[in-house]
Amino acid sequence: MKFSLSWLQGWLETAAPLEAILTTLSAIGLEVEGVENRAAALAPFIIASVLEARPHPNADRLRVCRVDAGNGEIQVVCGAPNARTGMRAVFAPPGALIPGSGITLKTGEIRGEKSEGMLVSLRELGLGEEHDGVIELPADAPIGTGYAAWAGMDDPVIEIAVTPNRGDCLSVRGIARDLAAAGLGTLREFNPPAITVTGPSAIIWRNDFAEACPWILGRTLRGVRNGQSPEWLRKRLESVGLRPINTLVDITNFFTLDLGRPLHVFDIDRLAGDVLTLRPGADENFMGLHGKMITAGPQDCIIADAAGVQSLAGIVGGEASGCDESTTNVFIECALFSRVHIAQSGQRHGIFSDARQRFERGVDSQLLPAALDAATAMMQQLCGGVASEVAVGGARPNWQREASLRFARIKNFGGSDIGADAAVQSLEALGFTVRARDSVSVRVRVPSWRNDIAQPQALTQAELPGAAQAAAGAAEIEPEVDLIEEVLRLRGLDEIAPVSLPVEASVPAPALSPKQARTALARRVLAARGLLECVTFSFLDSPTAALFGDAPEALRIANPIASDLDQMRPSPLATLALAAARNVARGMADFGLFEVGPAYAPGAQGLVAAGLRVGATPRNALSPARMFDAFDTKADAASALEALGVPMESITTQPGGAPHYHPGQCGALRQGPRTLLAEFGTLHPSLCARLNLPVGSVAFELFLDAIAEPKRRRKTPPLLSPFQPIRRDFAFLVLKDLPAENLLRAARGAARGSISGVVLFDRYQGKGVPDDQVSLAIEVTIQPVEKTLSEAELEAISAKIIAEVAKKTGGLLRR
Amino acid sequence: MTSMLSEDLEQIQATAAAQIAHASAESLEALRVSLLGKAGTVTLALKTLGGLPPEARKARGAELNTLKDTITEALTVRRANLDAAALTHRLAAERLDVSLPARAEMAGAIHPISRSMEEIAAIFGAMGFTLKDGPDIENEWNNFSALNIPAHHPARAMMDTFYLTGGEVLRTHTSPVQIRTMLAQSPPIRILVPGRTFRADHDATHSPMFHQTEGLVIGRGITLGHLKGCLIDFLRAFFANPDLPVRFRASYFPFTEPSMEVDIGWNRKTGEIGAGGDWLEILGSGMVHPNVLANCGVDPREFQGFAFGVGVERITMLKHGIADLRLFYESDVRWLRHYGFSALAQASLHEGF
Repeated sequence: MKFSLSWLQGWLETAAPLEAILTTLSAIGLEVEGVENRAAALAPFIIASVLEARPHPNADRLRVCRVDAGNGEIQVVCGAPNARTGMRAVFAPPGALIPGSGITLKTGEIRGEKSEGMLVSLRELGLGEEHDGVIELPADAPIGTGYAAWAGMDDPVIEIAVTPNRGDCLSVRGIARDLAAAGLGTLREFNPPAITVTGPSAIIWRNDFAEACPWILGRTLRGVRNGQSPEWLRKRLESVGLRPINTLVDITNFFTLDLGRPLHVFDIDRLAGDVLTLRPGADENFMGLHGKMITAGPQDCIIADAAGVQSLAGIVGGEASGCDESTTNVFIECALFSRVHIAQSGQRHGIFSDARQRFERGVDSQLLPAALDAATAMMQQLCGGVASEVAVGGARPNWQREASLRFARIKNFGGSDIGADAAVQSLEALGFTVRARDSVSVRVRVPSWRNDIAQPQALTQAELPGAAQAAAGAAEIEPEVDLIEEVLRLRGLDEIAPVSLPVEASVPAPALSPKQARTALARRVLAARGLLECVTFSFLDSPTAALFGDAPEALRIANPIASDLDQMRPSPLATLALAAARNVARGMADFGLFEVGPAYAPGAQGLVAAGLRVGATPRNALSPARMFDAFDTKADAASALEALGVPMESITTQPGGAPHYHPGQCGALRQGPRTLLAEFGTLHPSLCARLNLPVGSVAFELFLDAIAEPKRRRKTPPLLSPFQPIRRDFAFLVLKDLPAENLLRAARGAARGSISGVVLFDRYQGKGVPDDQVSLAIEVTIQPVEKTLSEAELEAISAKIIAEVAKKTGGLLRR
Repeated sequence: MTSMLSEDLEQIQATAAAQIAHASAESLEALRVSLLGKAGTVTLALKTLGGLPPEARKARGAELNTLKDTITEALTVRRANLDAAALTHRLAAERLDVSLPARAEMAGAIHPISRSMEEIAAIFGAMGFTLKDGPDIENEWNNFSALNIPAHHPARAMMDTFYLTGGEVLRTHTSPVQIRTMLAQSPPIRILVPGRTFRADHDATHSPMFHQTEGLVIGRGITLGHLKGCLIDFLRAFFANPDLPVRFRASYFPFTEPSMEVDIGWNRKTGEIGAGGDWLEILGSGMVHPNVLANCGVDPREFQGFAFGVGVERITMLKHGIADLRLFYESDVRWLRHYGFSALAQASLHEGF
């Protein structure tokens, strides 16, 4: 909502400076979005008289002028063809910043003649494209006065954001009322003149859609002369960015802003018949005043004459019956439309008009007759014409809202020390009238322009045992809270003393659930492993999504912001892969990314830590770089699992995984047969090609929801044997496709209690090993517990290991 | 033991001393054996003692002992000298170019959004809040209706909602978790809800996905004074500025009444927080609307409280002077390394942040 300071001052009698008005507006909930103060930029420019303009001795096109700007005589060199003796012009002294060129003036010499300033054109002032010469002012323009003030441009334009509850502040008068109530002046009264009426209206209403339009008024004005509006009206509309059209239309626009009261004017001579009917649309087309075709359906309220639709009621009028310069007979519409109908019609048609904005937020239901009179009076004043009686459709709705305020609640709900008298005073200043008051509470009548206060209850309650009681409570409390809000916002929220929240215990319980804490830990572990944490979008293009799992219709976005952001991701790995590709495209070669975030499936949202490594380990003189492989991401996933308290001896690695991995180079980490904890591996080469990722990029996905909460059992003390461990190496020949994990497990289990560790330190294929076999070399750590082991005892353990490996894997000791 | 030696022993000693002085590390042991070994010169001389008369034996014995000790001492010193020389030689040869870059490791980092969320959780955790999660895909009742935003309400249009083809919405704020929590548990409630939120808006200052942290406090006797105290405490801790100016302005949200926007003091020109006399909007808050309480079966005559929502990206940008919102989601590794946080630096109040 835009308005100029002078327009505001038409309603608000105030001596408050602009700064105070702006601060107060923001404080009371009418947030200032901007102030345009053209006078500030034009301050240096003053009205001057050209005492003499003579040709420049050294230049044909220049003139040397003697100028009086109210402060002695000055010489200015000027190139404008219209600079001449005796004219009034606008003078810019040295030091002035010329808005049109951005240049700051300096005293100088032009071809040997001194120039102490400049005579300026409109374009140089940034006020237009006119550049044929310097500005010429009337002979009575006062010398030495600021040009902006003289030209009426010293009127700051203020723009505020009006919240959806404050329909009443979509009017200059409403804003003035709020400011007056906040102590910034006095609200001027609204007294529309009485209208002399002659006979009934030429057009009457027929209301067949009372649900959408409970009350509508109209009046005929015969014999008007329409044309360009007077300057004050045009300037007023232009100041807030509206284009003047013609007087009748401009007046309707004026009242839309001035009183928040949208009006419409029909050219009677362009209407068919003498009845305007309010009714549901019947899928009829008409051209709107906004220049677009509208098809009005049965849920829209339209205004129709005998020929058809003339207006989408309360939103936009029709072009066919609009007023132009030739209009002589006019019918003024002043209506009350249902907020919900206007909002829904407006949404359906996607039309944003000043009228819609006001009707859907709620206009003053009792203002219709007075507003119609005010508009009639202004039209008669500016266009002449004879007014008719008022045509009425529907009936004035009752307005009987009341609300109560218990004074104690200002403190024990609002935390404020505002007293009863001050509170009542504020409410009265806003237009509330006191119905009853005692020492503990006040009952007030709500003014008809405050649709937001004590609204009819609109609950959508969940079915719960206490629902009825809660509803009764809300009915009682809500209007009171409305009043507290008014009192607090006007009296200043800064006055309320802050109170730190009382805590039940000085040492609080953990804020995070165990699962949340483990998520944070997983994040830190992965970052500590050299991966950079990313936050990527939850949505991406559906073809890419499909590469990483399912891209079901149920997770498609109906109104995506871009076609490549239309599908909820099946895994964070999908968007992470796109992020990796973007980095590769930037020339980044070796890096690792991860994200801990949601993975979406129909009806379910999981939490997944996904990671991706591209390229190789860092190049270094001491240790050669090597390409990342599946085992790097296996380690990433396993490290996180271990940090999260998963017992690692219970984890098995199963070959194979989701289709976005290389089928021969991926695996799953499982706990027991059912629980899938993680997948890892090389990304599928065709996927890499598709996404422009280097082939060989590796990834993992850790399914955080699958990880069981670690048991909070107290640990048994560790076995700290005094005897030195003995290490023995073994090499076994096994079939090539035997999972090495099986052999390690067999060796580890061969002599429980004696073997404390098994490490695979070599895997060999080649000379000396049959083609279908592989040699796996392990180091077994034997830990004596009760005494040092004899050679015979060690031999027995070795024999057990060899036998167990043979039994479980078919592996034979290499000799 | 400086008694004079007999001439023959003097001779042995002189010869031995000369040999020891010139012995190498390798020959020193052979020399020791040739002097002090079973068949060594000194040993053989000792063996001749038995054939001497008792009176001569004593004097000769003492001399021989002196000789043996002197030679042993000389051998030990020589060995030590040779060892020291060898070590010096070895150390001189074993030089590293310590300016070589150490074996490189990839450095990871925590995203600034995660970091801020952890800091927020730490501060509100100290005020007795617990963290709650909720789904990103919501039904309209949880996201709108229960929060006092009916279907035709202009605020619904304001939210630029994403809809799934099935009619569900991507939550436009973290407020649905307020509803879920109030349905699941009775007051008192003191929860914090960090999470992803979505709005159909995409330009330099808006992202279609962003993060909020929502707070909800419901109890008996919770007032607007507590709202102010709680948020001022938070902002001053988060920006590590005990004197941070904080201002509350009346505003409107459908789910709170009265509603307030909260500004902090800053310098528009330099971006410095807490100084400069300008104000910057930083979060929204208000007393929970009675209709919201009633929609969740809570009687507003008995319980009241407040709610607030913090834009995580916004306060992160302010705290760390990050200019461009879009780069938060771009995953440019250079940006992540520049603005990311160490994995080992936890956001904890006792360590400070």
